Amino acid sequence: MYAFTYQRAKTVRQAAGLLAKNADAKLLAGGQTLLPTMKQRLASPSAVIDLGKVEGLAGIERKGRTVVIGAMTKHSDVATSAIVREAIPALAALADGIGDPAVRNRGTIGGSVANNDPSADYPAACLALGATIVTNKRKIPADAFFQGMFATALDEGEIIVKIAFPAASKASYAKFPNPASRYAMVGVFVAKRGSDVRVAVTGASSDGVFRWSAAEEALRARFNPKSLEGVSAKADGMIADIHGSAEYRAHLVGVMTKRAVTAALGK
Amino acid sequence: MSNTGIGAPVRRKEDFRFITGQGRYTDDIERPGQTHAYFLRSPHAHATIKKLDVSAALATPGVVGVLTGDDLAKDGVGGLICGWMIHSKDGSPMKAGAHPALAQGKVRYVGDHVAVVIAETLAIAKDAAEKIAVDYETLAPVVDMNAATGKGAAVIHDVAPDNRVYDWHLGDKTATDAAFAKAKHVTKLDLVNNRLVPNPMETRAAIGEYDAGNDAFTLYTTSQNPHVARLVLSAFIGIAPEHKLRVIAPDVGGGFGSKIFIYAEETVCVWAAKKVGRPVKWTSDRTEAFLSDAHGRDHLTHAELALDDKGKMLAMRVHTKANLGAYLSTFSSCVPTYLYAPLLSGQYDIPAIYCEVEGIYTNTAPVDAYRGAGRPEATFVVERLVEVAAREIGQDPAAFRRKNFIRKFPHQTPVIMAYDVGDYAASLDKALDLIDYKGLGRRKRDSARKGKLRGLGFSAYIEACGIAPSAAVGSLGAGVGLWESAEVRGNPVGTVEVLTGSHSHGQGHETTFAQLVSDRLGISIDQVAIVHGDTDKVQFGMGTYGSRSGAVGMSAIAKALDKVIAKGKKVAAYALEASEGDIEFKDGRFSVAGTDKSLAFGEVALQAYIAHKFSGQELEPGLKEGAFYDPTNFTFPSGVHVCEVEIDPETGVTKIDRWVAVDDFGVVINPMIVEGQVHGGIAQGVGQALLEGAHYDASGQLVTASYMDYCMPRADDLPSFRVDHTTTPCPSNPLGIKGCGEAGAIAAPPAVINAITDALGHEDVAMPATPQAVWRAAQKAARLAAAE
Amino acid sequence: MTTVTMTVNGKSVTANVDPRTLLAQFVREHLRLTGTHVGCDTSQCGACVVHVDGRAVKSCTTLAVSCDGAAVTTIEGLANGAELHPMQAAFREHHGLQCGFCTPGMIMAAVDIVNRKGHVLDEHTIREELEGNICRCTGYHNIVKAVEAGARAMAPGAAAIAAE
Ligand SMILES: Cc1cc2nc3c(=O)[nH]c(=O)nc-3n(C[C@H](O)[C@H](O)[C@H](O)COP(=O)(O)OP(=O)(O)OC[C@H]3O[C@@H](n4cnc5c(N)ncnc54)[C@H](O)[C@@H]3O)c2cc1C
Ligand code: FES
Ligand code: FES
Repeated sequence: MYAFTYQRAKTVRQAAGLLAKNADAKLLAGGQTLLPTMKQRLASPSAVIDLGKVEGLAGIERKGRTVVIGAMTKHSDVATSAIVREAIPALAALADGIGDPAVRNRGTIGGSVANNDPSADYPAACLALGATIVTNKRKIPADAFFQGMFATALDEGEIIVKIAFPAASKASYAKFPNPASRYAMVGVFVAKRGSDVRVAVTGASSDGVFRWSAAEEALRARFNPKSLEGVSAKADGMIADIHGSAEYRAHLVGVMTKRAVTAALGK
Repeated sequence: MSNTGIGAPVRRKEDFRFITGQGRYTDDIERPGQTHAYFLRSPHAHATIKKLDVSAALATPGVVGVLTGDDLAKDGVGGLICGWMIHSKDGSPMKAGAHPALAQGKVRYVGDHVAVVIAETLAIAKDAAEKIAVDYETLAPVVDMNAATGKGAAVIHDVAPDNRVYDWHLGDKTATDAAFAKAKHVTKLDLVNNRLVPNPMETRAAIGEYDAGNDAFTLYTTSQNPHVARLVLSAFIGIAPEHKLRVIAPDVGGGFGSKIFIYAEETVCVWAAKKVGRPVKWTSDRTEAFLSDAHGRDHLTHAELALDDKGKMLAMRVHTKANLGAYLSTFSSCVPTYLYAPLLSGQYDIPAIYCEVEGIYTNTAPVDAYRGAGRPEATFVVERLVEVAAREIGQDPAAFRRKNFIRKFPHQTPVIMAYDVGDYAASLDKALDLIDYKGLGRRKRDSARKGKLRGLGFSAYIEACGIAPSAAVGSLGAGVGLWESAEVRGNPVGTVEVLTGSHSHGQGHETTFAQLVSDRLGISIDQVAIVHGDTDKVQFGMGTYGSRSGAVGMSAIAKALDKVIAKGKKVAAYALEASEGDIEFKDGRFSVAGTDKSLAFGEVALQAYIAHKFSGQELEPGLKEGAFYDPTNFTFPSGVHVCEVEIDPETGVTKIDRWVAVDDFGVVINPMIVEGQVHGGIAQGVGQALLEGAHYDASGQLVTASYMDYCMPRADDLPSFRVDHTTTPCPSNPLGIKGCGEAGAIAAPPAVINAITDALGHEDVAMPATPQAVWRAAQKAARLAAAE
Repeated sequence: MTTVTMTVNGKSVTANVDPRTLLAQFVREHLRLTGTHVGCDTSQCGACVVHVDGRAVKSCTTLAVSCDGAAVTTIEGLANGAELHPMQAAFREHHGLQCGFCTPGMIMAAVDIVNRKGHVLDEHTIREELEGNICRCTGYHNIVKAVEAGARAMAPGAAAIAAE
C-alpha cells in the first residue's frame, strides 16, 4: 500500500466536503474491494475518507412495497434482515452468497454498487428489480446507473446514500460462481412484477451487468423456463478468460436464467 | 498396545501451541535491529538487462542497502545448485545453466530476482524498489514445451542450445518393441499432467543474521530440511563454513516439497545480513509465492500399453516431456526421471517397459518436487492407460486390474524397483465392498433420472517411499546420501530427548516419534521431547520429504533406542549386581531374569549418570546414544482409491459424491495422524484433477498468480472420505513402516478422471477438469451418442 | 500518523500508527500477537480472521484505524486462561490441524459460525460456511468434524451434559 492520509467523516455532508477538496481521495466503505486493490498498489488515493462512522448510512426499512437499504449496510445484515427476507427473499439470498462470511461482515451494498465490478452480484439485483440509487445529490434509476465495467453514473464526489428496491411478485437469483474467486462467472436475477419481467445478467459480459431483452420478452409471454427454449444469449461481447470462454459463458447465461425462473416459481 | 504406544490414536502434543496462537513460524520471529528485504523481480519472461541503476533507491531515506547480482559476483557467492546429476541416453551430463541468486545480465522468468532492497520497513523497501531503473532488452519468450526444442526457439541457457536439459531413458527398448510387435491390442493415450503451485498456507520466509564477534551466521528459514540447506549454503554457495552457519527451521506451515529447496531469497538474506550489518528479514507475499516457489508436475506424455488376446499386459512404452522451468531447482532433475519412470510398473506384472524423458527449459518458474514428486505423474500414466485399456477391450476395470496384479513377492520390475511385499487384491476387494460397487448401476440410473451423469473411477497406486538407500541413489546420480540420523538422550531423571534430522511441518512428529519412544522405553509420551529443525542442536539430518520420516527417520530413532536399552542393561547389571546376560528389559523396567529384582528406566538413567555402581574404566557414564540409519530398500506403500462423481451436464460441474481409500502403509504408529495425511493428500489430488492449474500466457506472464485465478480446494469442493487400510508390514526396516504422506496425492488424480470419463461415456477430459472442460466433453459425448 | 484506541482481548490499547497499517499488521507487529496469520494478498484464505465487535472479519482487509473504539478478539484471547475454548479443544480432539497455520483463522471463523448458526450444524452448512478459509493440509475432513463437535460443546450446559 502507498501512504495516504486518513480522514473520518461523521456526516455525508462532511464526507462530500472532504471529497470535494481532494480529487485524489477515495471513500472507504467496507474496504473489501478498495483495500485489496490498494494492497496490490493498483490504487493509490492520497486520502481515504472512512464512512464507517457516518450516522444514518446503515439500516434497512420498508416503505410500502419498497425496501430501502442504507449504503453502509453490510451484506450479512441484508442476508439476515427479516424485512428483506419477507419482502424480497431473493435479495437476501443474493447477499448471503456474496464472498464468504467474513467478507459479508464488512462489505457494503453501497460499496458494491458504486464499484460496479462486472462480476459483482448486487448490480444484477438492482437492474432486475428496477432499484433506485439515491445519492447525496439525486435519485438515479438502475437502468441509467450502470454504465459498463466499473463505470457508473456517479459524478465525481457523489456519494451513494441508499438504494430503494421495489418488491417483485416473483424473483430469484441464480449464480454460477467462478471456481477460484467465487465471484459470479454468470449470475442471473429474474424478477416478475405484474406482467413485467426483467432479467439482469452479471459476470458474463465485458460491458458489465446487462438486461437480457430476448429472455425478458419470452418470459413476458409466459413466465416459465420452457419459454426460454430456443432463446440463447450471444457469445459476442462475453468475457473470455481461463475459467470460461465467451461461448461457455453465453451458454451458462441460458442455463442460469432457466434455473432462476424455476426457482422463482418455487419449483 | 499401551495407550500412547505404537498404534494408538494419540492426540497431538504439538497442538496446544497452534490452537492457542502460540506457534512460532519464521515470520513471527523478530530479531533486534531487524531490517526488511524486498526483491525487485523481473516483469519479463526473457530479457537481457542492459542497465541497472539503483542509485535513486539507495538514496531513499530508510533504505539500508540495495544489492544486485554484481555484488554477489564481487563477493564470490556461488549460484544455486541442482543436486542430482542426470545423464542423457548418449552418456552426456545434463546441461545445467548458471543460477545466480540475483540476476547477472539476464532474466529468465517473470519473478526472477533482479535486485534486493533492504530498508527499515517493508513499505519503504517497496517504495524504493520502484525507483530502481532497469533497462531491459526483451527476448522472445519460450513458454510452450513443444516449441522450446523446435527450430528458431530462443535459447534460455547457452549451455543448452536446444533448450533440452537432458534426453534420458530407462528400460529395455528392444524387449519392449518386440512385445508391442506381437500384441493383440495396443492402447494409446496422450496425457497432460497439469502444472501446479504447491501453496503451503505459510509462504516462504527467511531471516539472515550475522554475528561479527564470532564471524558466524544464523538463518531462520521455512525449510523442510535445514541441514541440507546448511550444506548447500556452505559447501556450494560459499556463505560460510558449516560450523559458522546455523540454520533454524522453526514451526513450518506446510511444505509439500516446496520448502525442500534452497532458493535465492534465503541465500540473499543470510549473505546480505553481513553486508548491511543487521538482521535481514524477508517474507513472501502470496503473489511472490506463485511467481517464485518451485512449481510441480507439468508433463506432456504419450503412453502405450500392449495387451495379449486375454487382456494380459505385455509391455508399456512412454515418452514424456517434462518442463523444468527456467533454472534447475535443487532436486528438479530427478523428479521426472528416477522418481517417475521406476514407478511405471504400478501394481502390475508388466514384462517390459521403456520410458524416455526429455527435460526442457522454458521461461517459467523452476519446477521441482511437489507432494508425490514424479510418482503422481507415473500413477496418472499407468492408471489412465489401464482404465482405458480395460474399457477398450470391454473388460470390467476392477477385474482387468486384478488379473494383471503382481502376486508373488519379492517382485523385480523391469524399471529398477524390487517390490518387497504387498497384497494388492486385498485392498481392491475391500475398496469394492466399501464403495458398494454392486450398487453402481442403480446409482447411475438414479442420477440419470435427475438429469445427471454418474461415474466411478479406480486408482490402484504404488509409490516408492522411504527415500532411500544411499549407495543406490548415489549410483543413480544423487549428490547426497539419504539416510537419517537420530540421537536419544536419556536424562538423569528418566526423561528423554530425541534429536532427529527429520523435520515436522504438519506431520506430527512430536507425537509419533514420542510414541515410538514411549513404546520402546515404557515411559509416558509426556516424558519425551522431540528436538528438530536446528543445525546447532541436531548434528545432521536429511529432512522430511518423500514420506521418509517414518520409514527412515523413525528407524534411526529405533536403532538409537536399541543402543540406549543395551547400555541401560549394562548399567542395570551393575546396579542390580547381576550379570548383563540376565538383565531383561520390558514395560519400562530392567529386571534380573527369574527374580523380582528390577529397576525402572528412570532409576537406571540416574545410575548411569551418578555412576557410583560401576567404574568409569569398565563402562562410560551417561545414557546418550546416536544412530544413522541407511535403508536397505525403498518402501512400497500401495492401495486402491475409488472415486464416484455426479456431473451436471448442463453446466459441467462435477461433484464428488463418494471416496473410498484403502491403503497399505505397513505398520501404522498413529492411525489418526495417518488418516489425516491421507485426507490432505486426496484433497491435493482432487485439486489437481478438478481445480488447480498454473497457467502462463504466450508472453510468459503467470495468469494464475493469486487465489482469484488459481483455484484452491475449499471445504465445499470436497466430500468426507472413507479411509480404511490393509496391512503387509514392510520387511526392510525394523518398524515395518512404509510411509503415508504422499499416497492421497498420488492416488487421487486418475481416480477422479477415470470417474469423469466413465460418466461421460469414455470421452477424455484433461486436468484440471474444470466445469467448462467437462461441459465441452459432455457436449461432445452427447453429439457422438446422437450420431450413433 | 493516526491515533487509534481499541480493546484487544479485553485490554485497552492506544497507538499512533501509519494509517496504512492493517489490523493484521497491528496485532502481529505492534501487539506481537502473532497467532493471527497472513496467508494471501487477496483476502481469500482466512488465516487472518479475528473478531471485531463479535463478528468474524479478515484482519488483512481491515485498517487498524477503522477499528477505533472496537473490541477485537484474536486467537490468543479465546481461551479462558489455561482452559481451552471448546472449539480449540475440538480441533485438537478431532485432529483438525496439521501444520497449524490456517488453524487460528479456522477456529475464529468456526466460533463465528456457531454464533450465527447455532450449536447443531450439519456437514453441508459447515463446508459452505468455511468458504473463506483455506487449509492446504487436512483436506477439511477433520476440520468439519471438529467444527461440528465444537459447536455442540459450545452450547450452554454442554460441558455439564458431557460430564454426566
Ligand atoms: C474474498 C472476497 C470475495 C468477494 N466475493 C464477492 C462476490 O462473490 N460477489 C460480489 O458481488 N462481491 C464480492 N466481493 C466484493 C465485496 O462484495 C465488496 O464488499 C464490495 O464489492 C465493495 O463493498 P465495500 O463496502 O467493501 O466497498 P469498498 O471496498 O470500501 O469500496 C469500493 C469502492 O466503492 C466506493 N464507495 C464505497 N462506498 C461508497 C458510497 N457510499 N458512495 C460512493 N462510492 C462508494 C469506494 O470509494 C471504492 O472505490 C468479494 C470481496 C472479497 C474480498
Ligand atoms: S490473509 Fe487475510 S484472507 Fe488471506
Ligand atoms: S493445517 Fe496446514 S493449512 Fe491447515
